[in-house]
Amino acid sequence: MDHFPTNWGRPRNDAFDAYGTYPIQQRPNNIKDNFNGVQRTQQPIVTGTSVLAIKYKDGIMMAADNLASYGSLARFKDVQRLHAVGNHTVLGASGDMSDFQYIQSLLDDLIIEEFTEQDEHTLGPAEIHEYLSQLMYGRRSKLNPLWNSLLVGGYKDGKRFLAYVDLLGTTYSASTIATGYGSYIAQPLLRKAVEGREDTLTEREAQAILEESLLVLFYRDARSLDKYQIAKVTESGVSISESMALRTSWSFAEGIRGYGAQTQ
Amino acid sequence: MTSIGTGYDLSASTYSPDGRIFQVEYASKAVDNSGTTIGLRVKDGIVLAVEKLVHSKLLVPGASNRRIQTIDKHIGLATAGYLADGRHLANRARSEASNFREFYHSPPQVKDVTERLGQYVQVYTLYSSVRPFGVSTILGGVDKTGPNLYVVEPSGVFFGYHGAAVGKGRQLAKAELEKLKLAELSTREAVFEVARIIHLVHEDNKEKEFELEMSWIGAETQGIFLPVPKDLHQEAEEKAKAALDNFE
Repeated sequence: MDHFPTNWGRPRNDAFDAYGTYPIQQRPNNIKDNFNGVQRTQQPIVTGTSVLAIKYKDGIMMAADNLASYGSLARFKDVQRLHAVGNHTVLGASGDMSDFQYIQSLLDDLIIEEFTEQDEHTLGPAEIHEYLSQLMYGRRSKLNPLWNSLLVGGYKDGKRFLAYVDLLGTTYSASTIATGYGSYIAQPLLRKAVEGREDTLTEREAQAILEESLLVLFYRDARSLDKYQIAKVTESGVSISESMALRTSWSFAEGIRGYGAQTQ
Repeated sequence: MTSIGTGYDLSASTYSPDGRIFQVEYASKAVDNSGTTIGLRVKDGIVLAVEKLVHSKLLVPGASNRRIQTIDKHIGLATAGYLADGRHLANRARSEASNFREFYHSPPQVKDVTERLGQYVQVYTLYSSVRPFGVSTILGGVDKTGPNLYVVEPSGVFFGYHGAAVGKGRQLAKAELEKLKLAELSTREAVFEVARIIHLVHEDNKEKEFELEMSWIGAETQGIFLPVPKDLHQEAEEKAKAALDNFE
């Protein structure tokens, strides 16, 4: 049985293969599409929105909400987008969530492989970021990118680390970084609050800055959620918070024409 | 050695008329000449210990050829016999563990890795073109079923144990292990016991120096397989030596 509908009802090429001895996929005139039978990722499917991260006095802090959207549908509301990599690094992902899960399993295996060496060395945030940048650039060069914007933050040997890498393999480092819609909406707020104060900001202040930005994003970004988690990496290692809820206020909406029930 | 000269011991693919495979038995002999290796399965964890014989005074202590190796976060392995064979088996066990994780997306149980390693070892008893592994492997770890300890022998068979000993001093070590109440011991207490037993069995082999290698996993290590920390290692070794002096 030939399972390719495009071949049904067409004459078999008897001159070439009179007795149908070729395996179906090798028969001539069985070219299925212009991609020669292979398709690469052309768009993300289930996606996460912005990730925010800043440096502060004791290390770095990162925040992301718990939403994974399916297009404009808020499909999954309990997704963790922050992932601890070893004891010094946290990874935050926006973009395709299945690609993120794949990256998580790669990194988990990498950490175990390094652990089994027992050579008294561990991978720090700088190494994880370098690994990811090579991975992402390698995949985009195969025209099959992992569709994410990733933030890598960490603290090791008394040094803070915060850097970005995306589906093209582009990297940069800064004391505040935001991905996706957050790079437009939150990044200016973060810069204003953090730049020049990296060494004095307390944990409490850093968390307040991130929460304020998440709140603004929740008002402005239609793919965001009011449930979020915050990760911090300090001298004592990685900790990722439980889910928390933003305190929103919608009283202003009454004054907006075209929003809600209209009285006049 | 009645097997020598009969012609039935030249290959692992030949049985002797009374149904033995001498090449596999010779492999076990290679294990019996090596420094003692002990594994303990106790209440909340596993302790592995090795009597690493030092063949030259010129060697840098602790720098090379560890005989306890890490397979996964929660699984470790100690070998007795040919060191290089042991390293090869450890590499195999690591790739089996990582393959299991990739396939099932969950951490392997000690039993899973042991079964696969046992199969791998067994294959080397089937062909004339290969030599069976000259190592007995003690695998230990803590998984969702609790602490588990297995020994894989050169023939490929494996058994689960409460306490296991292989290598030169195994007889005495086993006798000592049987005296312990393994199910009631904590891993910390077990560290002291294995240190004592290794020092005890070394008495018969006193002309050679040795290094004590110990690793453990249990509640105190948060379920991670790690070398026993330096201070505890030192304390256990001092106590072992003191116990030995009293013994005499």
